[in-house]
Amino acid sequence: MTSHTNNSWTVAGQTFHSRLIVGTGKYKDFAENAAALEASGAQIVTVAVRRVNVSDPKAPMLTDYIDPKKITYLPNTAGCFTGEEAIRTLRLAREAGGWDLVKLEVLGEAKTLYPDMYETLRATEILANEGFKPMVYCVDDPIAAKRLEDAGAVAIMPLGAPIGSGLGIQNRVTIRLIVEGANVPVLVDAGVGTASDAAIAMELGCDGVLMNTAIAEAKQPVQMAQAMKLAVEAGRTAYLAGRMGRRKYADPSSPLAGLI
Amino acid sequence: MTHEHDVMITITVNDENHEVPEGSTVAYLCRDIGLDPEKVAVERNLEIVPRSTLEEALVRAGDRFEIVHFVGGG
Repeated sequence: MTSHTNNSWTVAGQTFHSRLIVGTGKYKDFAENAAALEASGAQIVTVAVRRVNVSDPKAPMLTDYIDPKKITYLPNTAGCFTGEEAIRTLRLAREAGGWDLVKLEVLGEAKTLYPDMYETLRATEILANEGFKPMVYCVDDPIAAKRLEDAGAVAIMPLGAPIGSGLGIQNRVTIRLIVEGANVPVLVDAGVGTASDAAIAMELGCDGVLMNTAIAEAKQPVQMAQAMKLAVEAGRTAYLAGRMGRRKYADPSSPLAGLI
Repeated sequence: MTHEHDVMITITVNDENHEVPEGSTVAYLCRDIGLDPEKVAVERNLEIVPRSTLEEALVRAGDRFEIVHFVGGG
């Protein structure tokens, strides 16, 4: 269930204090990635599952820099274009890691990296039946979100804009509708470009935000990671505080009585 | 572990040919390549080889192995 406290949220029975999930792709090197993770305060990182390099098995590994015992590895199926590929990838991921919490992402086309919702829904159902706890990347469709939840998604992760675009939250209305209708955590996954975007996602009532490129491709990734941490906290706090109503015209803050 | 009289069998690992002595376990195969079996996941002919069985499961001639691990990703 969605938590309504500021300091933690729970997905598939696991409670986290940080509402920021960060990716581990596109960094200059593992050291920078680890430093950005530290600055972000994130407790979950997304990771990919790929073939080992048989010709260079001693090459540095992600696990040498980010300890899976301290940080939750969330295996992702990025790059999969069919339900079968995604399911195969996650079965291997479960074997490599030993846990069921995974991120499902079934892409429809390379140009937009939009999810293929038919395949996504189908794969969600199969994975849930196999005991996986899938957090699911999806379109910003409130009805599709309900279908995913019914199929066994433990979190709904709509895009705010195309993956890696950094265009910011382009769909505030539909994200809010998904948040209002969901009984599982909702996290914006994709589209964040800078700190204000993350704050907007949180002000809409999302339980968290997932990002990769916005940090990895910043001029100073570690500094941006810290900015994202603050933005997510600020956005969440503002959501809980409840924003003022919007007025069409000005309303003075100083009293009119006693004017000289 | 390899002895001169060992009969070698050919398998593929991530689409590359590889030879191991007959009777090798999947865990041996991983170490032979230079991998820690605890840090990878192994699929044989599209079926997962559970980690708990890597030390016992025997490599068979013609097996097609897929060995993966976690890498950086979004």
